[in-house]
Amino acid sequence: MDNLSPNQQSWSGFTEEQLQRYSRHIILKQVGGKGQRKLLQTRALLIGAGGLGSPVALYLAAAGVGTLGIVDYDHVDLSNLQRQILHHTDDVGRPKVVSASETIKAINPDVNVIQHSVRLDSGNARELMNQYDMVIDGSDNFPTRYLVNDAAFLTKKPLVHGGILLFEGMTTVFIPGKGCYRCLHPVPPPPGAIPSCQEAGVLGVITGIIGSIQAAEAIKLALGIGEPLSGRLIYFDALDMTFREVKFRRNPKCPLCGDNPTINELVDYDYFCGVPSSE
Amino acid sequence: MKETSTNNAIDLRGTLCPMNWVKTKLILEEMEEGELLEVIIDEGEPMRNVPRSAKNEGHKIVKVETLEDNSCKLTIKRGVD
Repeated sequence: MDNLSPNQQSWSGFTEEQLQRYSRHIILKQVGGKGQRKLLQTRALLIGAGGLGSPVALYLAAAGVGTLGIVDYDHVDLSNLQRQILHHTDDVGRPKVVSASETIKAINPDVNVIQHSVRLDSGNARELMNQYDMVIDGSDNFPTRYLVNDAAFLTKKPLVHGGILLFEGMTTVFIPGKGCYRCLHPVPPPPGAIPSCQEAGVLGVITGIIGSIQAAEAIKLALGIGEPLSGRLIYFDALDMTFREVKFRRNPKCPLCGDNPTINELVDYDYFCGVPSSE
Repeated sequence: MKETSTNNAIDLRGTLCPMNWVKTKLILEEMEEGELLEVIIDEGEPMRNVPRSAKNEGHKIVKVETLEDNSCKLTIKRGVD
């Protein structure tokens, strides 16, 4: 490393352009070049390129998360654009994974976007998750949420969970063995018990706030820094502008991750929930 | 802990803040504790920022020399991670 010239092409494996792009990360003591390399090697799977998925994808892409898998089989609808900032007016009618991929590439060509234009189900969820280091849930319905929870636990992947409705949102991180969504809610609510965003509405910016927290947690997990939002739920209310934290533990009676689990295989809830699993 | 003579050196004259520190940091990351790095930076803002950043990350400034063109040669001792 004698007398390196400032114009040399590669700096510890980074190009001059990457040095500029990630300089504000590299400067951080907890990140540095080592951390930025970890981010570039991280493979994150994002479930849904909708309201929550948009800020997650944008920030992970900007941060240089090297591989972003996106699962979504839906097409962009005009009513999505009030909150789904990955997509633009010209994208209406196009597959969300395609629109998302283009937006991400425009932000950061370093990111390898893998488009999974499929409906997540009990047949493909585990195989998809096995290809990634972590899962980020940006789904908007209970069948998918339970499927994602179960598959992430069974494939031993950390899961960054988020949910939004009306003026509220919640987020947490499920580390396998330290509690899961079923520890909190063992079974899905009956069909129609909880309205969807489509029925009840949602303030668009809520997705930005919760999704940005999810992105921060995903980056922390990738870097192995700080305290993950594990064993803690954050509830956010935009009308009061309050954040509330509720602690939780693994439930020994949990049907999935408890002491005597009864769920060992994935379940497709769509048949009796009657909710289309899309956004 | 290993102490060596200065066998790492970099000339960052003309490189602005914060890129001069970014580049210095990347080299320090690949060095071992106690090793020395010579960095030449411009006077003014770089001289105010780079030594401070290095100290904040646990490295030690062991020598500061002013060169003929008023730039500065810092000798930084790699600290602990």
